[in-house]
Amino acid sequence: MVKLKQISVFLENKSGRLSELTRVLGEHEINIRALSIADTEDFGILRLIVNDPEKAWKVLKERGFTVSGTRIIAVEIPDVPGGLAGVLEILEAHAINIEYIYAFVGQRRGNAVVVFRVEDIDNAVKILQEKGFHLLDGEEIY
Amino acid sequence: MLLIWNLEYESMSRPRLTELQLKRLREIVAKVYAKVPYYRRKMEEAGIKPEDIRSLDDLVHLPFTTKEDLRENYPFGLFAVPMEEVVRIHASSGTTGKMTVVGYTRNDIKVWAQVMARTLACAGGTANDRIQVAYGYGLFTGGLGVHYGAEMMGATVIPISGGNTRRQIQIMKDFATTILACTPSYALYLAEGAAEEGIDPRELPLRAGIFGAEPWSVNMRREIEEKLGITAIDIYGLSEVIGPGVASECLEQNGLHVFEDHFLVEVVDPGTGKQLPPGEKGELVFTTLTKEAFPVIRYRTRDISILYPEPCACGRTMTRMHRILGRTDDMLIIRGVNVFPTQIESALLEIGETEPHYMLVVDRQKKLDELEVWVEVSEELFSDEVRKMENLESRIRQKIESSLGIGVRVKLVEPKTIPRSEGKAKRVVDRRDIYG
Repeated sequence: MVKLKQISVFLENKSGRLSELTRVLGEHEINIRALSIADTEDFGILRLIVNDPEKAWKVLKERGFTVSGTRIIAVEIPDVPGGLAGVLEILEAHAINIEYIYAFVGQRRGNAVVVFRVEDIDNAVKILQEKGFHLLDGEEIY
Repeated sequence: MLLIWNLEYESMSRPRLTELQLKRLREIVAKVYAKVPYYRRKMEEAGIKPEDIRSLDDLVHLPFTTKEDLRENYPFGLFAVPMEEVVRIHASSGTTGKMTVVGYTRNDIKVWAQVMARTLACAGGTANDRIQVAYGYGLFTGGLGVHYGAEMMGATVIPISGGNTRRQIQIMKDFATTILACTPSYALYLAEGAAEEGIDPRELPLRAGIFGAEPWSVNMRREIEEKLGITAIDIYGLSEVIGPGVASECLEQNGLHVFEDHFLVEVVDPGTGKQLPPGEKGELVFTTLTKEAFPVIRYRTRDISILYPEPCACGRTMTRMHRILGRTDDMLIIRGVNVFPTQIESALLEIGETEPHYMLVVDRQKKLDELEVWVEVSEELFSDEVRKMENLESRIRQKIESSLGIGVRVKLVEPKTIPRSEGKAKRVVDRRDIYG
């Protein structure tokens, strides 16, 4: 399964919320693989790839966070100048709209890993795999 | 010697006034009994007939009229005259988006102008004054109410209506306005606006203001008086009774004289409905004694006050009521507009929220009331895309604004941020210091 589960959490812009959230995950032995925060003046949206999304979803909900799940893909990209551009050009050529992207911390087999949230995920998977890109499987993450 | 507009009535001895009130009360009760089926039915249910009113003490046997009664009879069900005799309609916002509609005959408009002229005279106004009416004109009673009273007095009316602060200041200066009529918060806002324009309002001819449609504090009055260099007079009114002109402070600034020859006033215990003696705090209840198109019998205002029947040093004998001390319900008055938390609730329900958790935070920013609506983000509403969340925020804002008719700021907050007491959410946080 290459359509990975991402956890999104609504966070008000007030001090201590992010540390509280990460502490909750830590207490439950949940490891964060990748994360990004999109923020506005009043609130932020935290997006997380973790080793156990079901458990993360459950414990965060129990602690009163607003949580939702989204499917994303994580693409291995050669860690060289122009690497990301190559993927974006392919998606653009196939008119696949990107909602947002962010990167994993660290390399995997010498490659960078970039998370894509796209409108037409099935089509994106098909096209990128045809072009020979490796999309991370759930088993490689969880 | 300061002018008392209707000297004969405003300084009438108590026995004569009581006699006049009783005569008028009997007439109005007989009239609504005959002309308004809803009142007749309520009186029949209470087992009372117009002829049972033999003294003012019998008033307590009459059933109350509430905001719900008005809503049930939307729009014209409680009118006591045929529509051809109604020359004016006014309306104010209500709890469920349904407005409270009131009507006036030609004579009602005349009475209203009379009581407003009294109000202006209470503030020391005469035909020599130039009165800048910065209350909104339209369905809201503020603008037109003051306007007609000022004209009757023979003063020069400047019907500028609300808003456009810069122009208000320009006109105040160029036209040499002497009396300003607006909400107290707008008066302060104007004072600051003038300062920004490099104008010291204390050096202008402005000498008095009649401020109402909004609760305010003693401190705020002091601030307005200091910054504008004027005497600030508190006025009271509500469209259900007539509009502005139900009661007004005189220059003694020691309570508001209720124009009792037209409006019979009581204070009742908001819980039991039992009439309270003078000096005790409770809910104001009015019976209109002379209104033709839209008389009300024992109307529950939900405003909290105290009555002081002792005559005043100004020469008026009319009972004084304390500056409004609060509300019995959770209604807020923001920039002269009535706001009920339930209006916010219905707007959120329309957005698709099944069990909205929200809170209204009212603050006085830059001297103007600001309403912030906090909405807890539930899972149904949450999207992990910023664009969609911002879109949600603006949809909520537009929905609320179109329902309330005033601008609001919407803030999305995390679940359980809004304090709950005994499972019930606290809906209103009023940070305005209005009762200090």
